[in-house]
Amino acid sequence: MARAEPSLRGYLAEACAAGLFYDRDAAVSLADLACGTCLGGALGDLAGRSVLLAAESQLTTALALVELDGVARRITIVPPDLEADHLGAVIAGSETDASVSDSGSSRLAGFEVPVRAVSAPSILPTPAAPAARRRTEWLLLTSGTTGTPKMVAHSLAGLTAAITPGRIAGDPVVWGTFYDIRRYGGLQIFLRAVLGGASLVLSCAGEPVAAHLARLADRGVTHLSGTPSHWRRALMNPAIRSIAPRYVRLSGEIADQAILDALRAVFPDAAVGHAYASTEAGVAFDVNDGLAGFPAAYVEEVRNGVEMKVVDGSLRIRSLRTASRYVGSEQALADAEGFVDTGDIVERRGERYYFVGRKGGIINIGGLKVHPEEVEAVINRHPQVRMSLVRSRRSPITGAIVVAEVVLDSQGDDASAQVELKDDILKLCREKLPRHKVPAVISFVPSLQVGAAGKLARRDG
Amino acid sequence: MMSVKLTIVEQMMQVAREQGKALAPLKDDLALAESGLDSLGFAVLVARLEDSLGVDPFTAAEDAFFPVTFGEFVKVYENGAR
Repeated sequence: MARAEPSLRGYLAEACAAGLFYDRDAAVSLADLACGTCLGGALGDLAGRSVLLAAESQLTTALALVELDGVARRITIVPPDLEADHLGAVIAGSETDASVSDSGSSRLAGFEVPVRAVSAPSILPTPAAPAARRRTEWLLLTSGTTGTPKMVAHSLAGLTAAITPGRIAGDPVVWGTFYDIRRYGGLQIFLRAVLGGASLVLSCAGEPVAAHLARLADRGVTHLSGTPSHWRRALMNPAIRSIAPRYVRLSGEIADQAILDALRAVFPDAAVGHAYASTEAGVAFDVNDGLAGFPAAYVEEVRNGVEMKVVDGSLRIRSLRTASRYVGSEQALADAEGFVDTGDIVERRGERYYFVGRKGGIINIGGLKVHPEEVEAVINRHPQVRMSLVRSRRSPITGAIVVAEVVLDSQGDDASAQVELKDDILKLCREKLPRHKVPAVISFVPSLQVGAAGKLARRDG
Repeated sequence: MMSVKLTIVEQMMQVAREQGKALAPLKDDLALAESGLDSLGFAVLVARLEDSLGVDPFTAAEDAFFPVTFGEFVKVYENGAR
């Protein structure tokens, strides 16, 4: 008979976890957690239940996840930015009959939940924890910007399939994530820390980037992950110089050559890798050659149990890491053959595929199509540009036109220098792009909004 | 302050330069179709004029009137900017 799949607590024991989980206010030892509880004796009451995890802090969330896996029937992870209006639908759709929150959270006030527990960042020894034997279903919420978020069902086996358990060789690993662990990308980092028994530095709500970076430096972060937008924001902060990670990881958005090169320049000794994953499709692949896009061979052969194909330009993925279904919705998650359509459009150039944008994000310029992301990738290559947002503006002549907002590396006050710089960026665009993709207007802005899921906030005007 | 007409002339020259187009002499009776800018060029011009003059008179207008000559084009902006 096959060996039972370990629970998260089982992994902690197996890895002889020596790490600590930190946030701004507390530090918790994984060794203590392996044989203790953060739930003040309530874990037994949560056994077999559908538990809504709606804590305010990432640290109390992380601790509760370790305890609930293998004990609860289902864990529904509420991301910090879930709108209050949608909470009722999530509770109903997930058949929630228990909750875990923390001292900072009041979001469940007014909802009928039979069993309520509180997760605290302090561990009490527990003489008899319930055995973690159940196959807990994990529900993650998608980060769609419109409508009710979808609830996506995963198993721990699928969520951890891309991770090699056990300690990483060399000096002790300290993970950091700009991502919130309540989103798929951040959860992957949390799981890497647990399966490796490694430390993890978590941010607090509203914590400034400089303060987060300072804490990452204090804890000696070795492995750090975020979206390209997270990284661009971090690179604009002088405190970035205080950290020296061995591994830098990007995922969640297109990693263009400019951000990969910028990270290589700032961290010359680090391995810089970008990963492709989505809440529905799971982790598909890592790219570690320092180049944007991915080798075409990834599509042509089955790698690590992941199959990919390109249909109408859109990348489809099939593997054991993909989610099993949507909960509370009849919508099919995968096609008849089990492939998940990611909606990410790829383009083959030579022996490599490049991500060019989202299926729904196309701008139509008098019948010609543009993906905002492909224009941003060109603008971002300008040495004085830190990040950019390309969007459509309605045009009485062509229906729409491309405009760009650009954040510079350093904001100069010199008006004539700014005019020259705009010309220079436009020149770069004209060299690299067909005419209709060149922005009609470029404006310099001090910053761009990055949503709670770490992605550039896109809106059309 | 720069006149509306002068702003338009400068922006047209700029767009023509960027797009590698030769601009015809900008007389009032010049047909826009003969000006040297194509529809994408005009789309860029209108977007930029919206930023520099603060108005897109074509989108703001209730009737879908589009000028035929350069003089009419300038007039639409002069009326719209008021």
